[in-house]
Amino acid sequence: MRWGMVIDLQRCIGCYACAMACKAENATPPAIYFRRVLTREEGSYPTVRRIPVPVGCNHCEKPPCVEVCPSGASYQAIENGTVQIDESVCIGCQYCIMACPYKARSALKQLDAYLPEDVGFTTPQEMGGEARTDWNAKLNTPVKCTFCNHRLEKAKTTGKTPGIDREATPACVVTCPAKAMFFGDLDDPNSEIRRLIATRNGFTLLPGEGTNPSLYYLPARF
Amino acid sequence: MTNASSNKASYDWAASADEGGEEIEIGREELDWSGKKVNRQTGWDARAAGNFIGGGSGTGLLICAALAVPAASYLYSVVLGLVLAGLGLICVLAEIGHPLRFLNVLRRGNTSWMTREALIAPFMFGAGAVAAYTGGVPFSTAAAVFAAAYLYCQARMLQASKGIPAWRNKASIPLLLSTGLVEGSSLATLVCLGGGISLPQELIWLLLATLLVRRISWMYYLKMLAGENSAKAALSVLHRLRGPYENFGQTLPELLLLIGIFFTSGQSWPFVIASLAGVTSGWIMKYTLVTRAAFSQGLDMTALPKRRQGS
Repeated sequence: MRWGMVIDLQRCIGCYACAMACKAENATPPAIYFRRVLTREEGSYPTVRRIPVPVGCNHCEKPPCVEVCPSGASYQAIENGTVQIDESVCIGCQYCIMACPYKARSALKQLDAYLPEDVGFTTPQEMGGEARTDWNAKLNTPVKCTFCNHRLEKAKTTGKTPGIDREATPACVVTCPAKAMFFGDLDDPNSEIRRLIATRNGFTLLPGEGTNPSLYYLPARF
Repeated sequence: MTNASSNKASYDWAASADEGGEEIEIGREELDWSGKKVNRQTGWDARAAGNFIGGGSGTGLLICAALAVPAASYLYSVVLGLVLAGLGLICVLAEIGHPLRFLNVLRRGNTSWMTREALIAPFMFGAGAVAAYTGGVPFSTAAAVFAAAYLYCQARMLQASKGIPAWRNKASIPLLLSTGLVEGSSLATLVCLGGGISLPQELIWLLLATLLVRRISWMYYLKMLAGENSAKAALSVLHRLRGPYENFGQTLPELLLLIGIFFTSGQSWPFVIASLAGVTSGWIMKYTLVTRAAFSQGLDMTALPKRRQGS
């Protein structure tokens, strides 16, 4: 089994809902975005166009971050191929950040809150989001998209199917209003994402790096 | 957000590859896919550069000490080499986020060059300490071998960083190896001269040879980097360094060594200046490579959607 994601660039409208859903799900601190939306402007007035592209960790099949990690904190889950970080082991050398060609990782060097302390709200970091992330434990370590691993883990006990059942699917995929994101098993030839990749000529970023990402993009139809 | 009123204006804004410095003419390739200038990495700062500087110089000195240093200055050379390598490791401890977990660095010897460097370090320090104490050839040779392995690990460590085009180019490996040897032979020369010990011919020729190798490695590195589309920002920084580095760090010591060998017999000033130039140029080059020229690459996005006007 190898979990993968497909993003349809033809459908993406650049609403940033995926980025915000991820932020809410994981309660990421300020300036930390697991999913970002890059935008490119083309043309000149009056025919300017903006093209959005959601990016994040590609959960590569051959992850350079795992290869360089000296402590084993960055590892590839054997059962599903996702790349995760064990912050309890990490020494914070940031070698993985240098190794990632996609700039998917961020160094968590300080924990800020979105609201002042005296306002009276519980900070997202204290809540941990749906992911129940312990951000204090992650301080001075790299952080990145986990493919909502907490949902994938929970699916093992609840019997839900990631990519099909909403509670077992990454928050960004579930939230996308344009239905531009899909999630499924890349090793299953009958999965929806395999079909999409084959029929729509799905491509990955920086294929020359040899990382074999699990995140595919679908180009324009016309 | 880029300025959409003019494509040229948007790229001009992002044209400066040096924060706060002069405007440098760089092309579209230095911008990432979204039209913004590529970012310089900030995770590895002067402390990380200190690891490569201290480690490179220290191991180079250990190697050169075993090859060409007279017995009278061997002790000082080895001790200085170990101190420099140790300072480099202290820089690493100062840089990592969880220094108390430093022993975890030893867990991934099968894939990580950082782990391999850490695994070799105790053997290098041990053999070097015994060699300094006994002065025996077996331990000095062992120290040199471990030092060479340590230096190689450092070079491979930098090259394995796929996110930084200036580092991941394979030509960075011979560059780091050769500059380590230049720094080592330069320091060995200074140790001899500082101790009032007669400079052996082997050491002078070793310094000259390593300078020439470093010159070739540097030219090869720049040539290979020029062939990479994603390295233009790094090249613009390195090209600003190039003039002073090649003139004062390469040509000057090479000429001074030749002057010292053939024209000023018995005088040490050419060798002193040449050695100082050799070692400082190496340090400056490595600092620039690790901190100033370390830009990330943009994303290569193909098959973009074709949106209609106004959509």
